[in-house]
Amino acid sequence: MTLLLRGGRVIDPSRDLDQTSNLLVVDGKIEAIGLDVEVPLGGEVFDAAGLVVAPGLVDVHTHLREPGAESAETVATGAAAAAAGGFTGICAMPNTDPVTDNQAAVGFIVKQAAAAGGARVYPIGAVSLGQRGDHLAEFGEMVGAGAVALSDDGHPVVSAHLMRTALEYAQTFGIPVADHCEEPTLASGGVMHEGVVSTRLGLKGIPAAAEEIMVARDIILAQLTGGHVHLCHMSTRGSVDLIRRAKEQGVNVSAEACPHHFTLTHDACDGYDTNAKMNPPLREAADVEAIREGLRDGTIDAIATDHAPHDYRAKQREFDDAPFGIIGLETALGLGISELVEPGLLTLPLLIARMSSVPAKLFHLPGGTLARGAPADVVVFDPAGVWTVDAASFRSKSRNTPFAGRALRGRVVRTLVGGRTVFEAPVT
Amino acid sequence: MMPPPLGKDLLGLEHLTAEQIVHLLDTAEPFKEVSERAIKKVPTLRGKTIVNLFFESSTRTRISFEFAEKRLSADTVNVTTTVSSVQKGENLVDTARNLEAMRIDMVVIRHPSSGAAQFLAERINSNVINAGDGTHEHPTQALLDLLTIRDKLGRIDGVKVCICGDILHSRVARSNIWGLTKLGAEVAVCGPRSLLPRGIEDLGVTVFRRIEQAMEWADVLNVLRLQLERMDAGFIPSLREYNRVFGVTEGRMAAAAPELLVLHPGPMNRGVEIDSPVADGPQSVILHQVTNGVAVRMAVLYLLAGGRPELAEQAKAGGTE
Repeated sequence: MTLLLRGGRVIDPSRDLDQTSNLLVVDGKIEAIGLDVEVPLGGEVFDAAGLVVAPGLVDVHTHLREPGAESAETVATGAAAAAAGGFTGICAMPNTDPVTDNQAAVGFIVKQAAAAGGARVYPIGAVSLGQRGDHLAEFGEMVGAGAVALSDDGHPVVSAHLMRTALEYAQTFGIPVADHCEEPTLASGGVMHEGVVSTRLGLKGIPAAAEEIMVARDIILAQLTGGHVHLCHMSTRGSVDLIRRAKEQGVNVSAEACPHHFTLTHDACDGYDTNAKMNPPLREAADVEAIREGLRDGTIDAIATDHAPHDYRAKQREFDDAPFGIIGLETALGLGISELVEPGLLTLPLLIARMSSVPAKLFHLPGGTLARGAPADVVVFDPAGVWTVDAASFRSKSRNTPFAGRALRGRVVRTLVGGRTVFEAPVT
Repeated sequence: MMPPPLGKDLLGLEHLTAEQIVHLLDTAEPFKEVSERAIKKVPTLRGKTIVNLFFESSTRTRISFEFAEKRLSADTVNVTTTVSSVQKGENLVDTARNLEAMRIDMVVIRHPSSGAAQFLAERINSNVINAGDGTHEHPTQALLDLLTIRDKLGRIDGVKVCICGDILHSRVARSNIWGLTKLGAEVAVCGPRSLLPRGIEDLGVTVFRRIEQAMEWADVLNVLRLQLERMDAGFIPSLREYNRVFGVTEGRMAAAAPELLVLHPGPMNRGVEIDSPVADGPQSVILHQVTNGVAVRMAVLYLLAGGRPELAEQAKAGGTE
């Protein structure tokens, strides 16, 4: 199988490449990039003039709900949503039901992903059995079955001792431990950011300090152990400051931020909109600014979606009782371009780095590069194309997004995984 | 004809204008008199069906609404249900749909979750009156507090009101802050910092750390009930200490200005946030509040049902529109 993407703006942050060129895919691999590269007889030619050709996006933080809540999402629908959003690789968090805390459960995700035929799906194994926070899961066996990282996401690893042990033991396998940073006694019962909006709405707040205390603890434990701690969905200015200082000191820490945290503030909760309820919560304008600056200067390494599908009924309830989380796979690139590139905060190559090459490298995943011989995981998108978010048209099974109706710039045109087309935008 | 002065629902005071609030208070005036008659009934809401939907136990608010409804000749049904937190949301959606199907005209809802009244209002065509949602708002309580202050002081503009106690968990405090500030009162709060919500100053109120300072400053104290479970949750060390440090005690009252008015939304914890001699003393207007509660709720029901404020006098006299 041969495909030539002709005349696009080829951006590969892994090799500092940004030029108008042709990209040739042969047998599922990147064969060549160059203006003089032509397609052999019988190959497909795709006119990419005016479009960007980049390594497929990589999301290190998604929830696919299978097994356990297939009415909200399955591995197959999640992988299809990812492909539609320009992602070629996504990591699935283990807070499924039952929890993905053993090799059989990890193997199940791998099997479902292979059958799905969308984006590649990489399982993340649980840190602790049942994510209960008391006993280490079998990291070695899970890695053997395909796990790429460890996390109790959905819950913090509350015990400092367990977190320390996890960071030490994970070094055997060279994989990161991703932590959901939340000090549980401060966050207890909270449903949104603690601030003037929670005061007005009479909703219990989660103070920024609940996140920052755990960020500080994890940094100290990473320092103690030398292990790689990856901090999930950073949302506060204080967290960004802590990580920046830790990186200056050479601590083995990486961090991600979500599109909603660099786009929305707690004002979005007004009117008790349960689609603005997520954990960590939407914070204040100063936090949004700090996250954006962190993404610019590299304090925040990667953009991750924290894609958290919930079926229609689940969000149709009082704010207190609605579940946390929003879907994000199909809006992430558009939000990145509209909120970070358009205002001039990030260059387009830097945005692609934060959404592709950097996360791939952090989690040691294939992809994130257009180097010759690499798997042809490629996204083609129209950086100027404006579209309106219509949740009903999502590939995801769920519709819980606060961005419905929002006009976004940056439209995915085609997504390739291993050279195979897994998404192609309907012709408009 | 003038447009109705309220929308479909009364969910809170935050989004009302000063004019709308004054309208509500003015409309309550003629209804006060109905409750003083031998035959306490006018036909204003004859044929209207009202459901009092209480997901949280409440005696006085429910009874006050029920008297208001009955004195306006509405047909009323009380639904009192306590719900487990797991079933809560499903129940509310389903309840809304069932009520709608029964063609009721108005719902008075009390619910433990903030935003529940709005949730219901967005899903049914009937008028919805918030009788207290979580720690969000309790608009009719604030309206009766405003009416009481206006009765006693002749004005609200420029009056100094301090709301004392557990502001963090109080819907009464929030509704009072909105209502009072919109009508030009100076508003302060006083309580342990652990029971004051973050950013409270941004709502336009002053914070007093000590009750003595608050009592020296204020023309009116609105003393909130201290929920006894706050002690178990670690917000304060003990009720005894709370009374010592923050209580409106007989001794502190003796040192305060003789005109200082004392309000309390009830039910009181005598000897905790307020001492009995204060609650029963000459500066207490607590029972006046209860009386005004019925009039204010009659006014709310009347206006939401489409009644025009200028015709409230006639409604009182027994005329219908």
